[in-house]
Amino acid sequence: MSENLLKNIKVGFKGNKIAVIGATAIIILTLASIFAFLYPIAPNAISVTDRLTAPSFRHPFGTDDMGRDYFTRCLYGGRASLLVGFMSMILSTLIGVVIGSISGFIGGKIDALLMRLVDALMSLPTFLIMVVMNAYFDPGIKNVVLIIGFLTWMNIARIVRGETISLKEREYVIYSMASGQRKTQIILQHIIPNIMPTIIVSATINIANSILMESALSFFGLGIVPPTASWGSMLSKAQGYIATAPHLAFFPGLLILITVISFNYLGEVARKIFQPK
Amino acid sequence: MKKIINRLFQSILTMFIVSVLCFALVKAAPGDPVLTYVEPNMSEQYIANLRESLGLNKPLSIQYFLWLKELLHGNFGHSLMNNRPVLSQILERLPATAILMGSSLILGFILAIFLGLYSAKHKNGIFDKITSALCYIGISIPTFWFGILLIYILSVKQHILPSIGMHSDGVNTIPDLLIHLLMPCAVLTFVNAAQYIQYLRSSTITELSSDYVTVQRAYGMRDSAILFKHVLKNAVLPMITVLGMSIQSLVSGAIITEQVFAWPGIGQLAVTAVTQFDYPLIMGITLFTAFLVVIGNLLADILYTVLDPRIKKANC
Repeated sequence: MSENLLKNIKVGFKGNKIAVIGATAIIILTLASIFAFLYPIAPNAISVTDRLTAPSFRHPFGTDDMGRDYFTRCLYGGRASLLVGFMSMILSTLIGVVIGSISGFIGGKIDALLMRLVDALMSLPTFLIMVVMNAYFDPGIKNVVLIIGFLTWMNIARIVRGETISLKEREYVIYSMASGQRKTQIILQHIIPNIMPTIIVSATINIANSILMESALSFFGLGIVPPTASWGSMLSKAQGYIATAPHLAFFPGLLILITVISFNYLGEVARKIFQPK
Repeated sequence: MKKIINRLFQSILTMFIVSVLCFALVKAAPGDPVLTYVEPNMSEQYIANLRESLGLNKPLSIQYFLWLKELLHGNFGHSLMNNRPVLSQILERLPATAILMGSSLILGFILAIFLGLYSAKHKNGIFDKITSALCYIGISIPTFWFGILLIYILSVKQHILPSIGMHSDGVNTIPDLLIHLLMPCAVLTFVNAAQYIQYLRSSTITELSSDYVTVQRAYGMRDSAILFKHVLKNAVLPMITVLGMSIQSLVSGAIITEQVFAWPGIGQLAVTAVTQFDYPLIMGITLFTAFLVVIGNLLADILYTVLDPRIKKANC
């Protein structure tokens, strides 16, 4: 299974330059934000003489209103943004897979009930509810992850349910059921490994959306708030300097766009690899 | 008919879940609700009676139905910020949001018909590739960042368009409104139309490869005539459902766009309410918006069922 997966991925990337660029961009951004501490200028080093300077050789992204190097601040901001993206994806995928596989495998009334719940949640203005939730929870990385994770699992649940139902009819699953294996074991051993490709596709696109949602919440001053910075909260501050220092607004937004577009494109590539027409 | 009744039932269920959620939001709000009515010279006994008459001693389920009854009579409570009725505050913001969302929806739909059909007809051509790249950017770009960029280019640098608000001071004309609408509408359309274009492109490609198109071609009908006389009708009809489902994401986009351009709509009110911890207003906006989204979805589905003869036939 895993060897096969690796081979498929190789074939999918071969000759697809944009996919390679996207994957490289994500890897570079992730490594850069993890190893941001290696950069010689500290993110909190204040310099009164260098306030709001334009990008230069010394400060590739310029400086902010307190004379801090904006490049390092963007790297550290990426930590929060990428972390929220990954963690929310893990949470929502976990919820989606559990609910989807239970719903599809058990069927009957439980399935009907869970799917009506999913329908209802999917027809809600999700982003508005995320905004609203911020009036009830303290801002911070943990709560943003919880809010986004608990409101974005429905799509994954629906897809996993569909795949589970079709797998349930396969001989090996029927055989395991006849031989008296426990249902949880069948789901874990036979169902989930076989729908892994589908899960990967949804999860990749889920990261992209989570990062967008986090950035929008933080832009409103709701998600991630100072002293922690994310690309979204940096943009929130930058909006006030749009006339004097437009570079403050330009770079974090560009980084969000590059990250999100890469994840979206990789999701599409993954779909083509795993679900050839 | 059966499908419509099913959908109606589902919508009611959705609204029930929303109302329970909103009731939970009201109950989760910090502070004792009876305190908003208490004045310094009230006795303990009076406060206890007040609590009794407000129904706060009753079990939660009874409280929920009492609350629901008030809602159905249009009583959404009063805002904590200015003590004005929540519903009237929402209703006075509704036109601004309706103008923004409506214009983006219509513009996106028109764009999708042209771009989607053209891209599908010239599949893998240069125009198709540019369109699909733009669609990718559309679904990936942070809405507020795109707004800020436009403000920087068109308002700060070039002084062509006003950057915020809905009207200039003291001016209340339609051209003035349109000038203010231009940027927010462009932003919302750009991030929203991508899903329409992608959908219409793929459904047109499917239609173009179907048998009736081949037959028409064999009869010597011109390609553009086939496209506009037959394919368009079949490809656009399912768009009704897509438009209905997009209301949800349109609301998300509108909240962000309104905030960036200080557009005085419901989205801006929602963010203000959250930052001010105005719980009754938060609850009212959530309920009201969810209601509109559910109704929009329902109408789209009913319209589709009524218009599409294939579904009608399947149900008979």
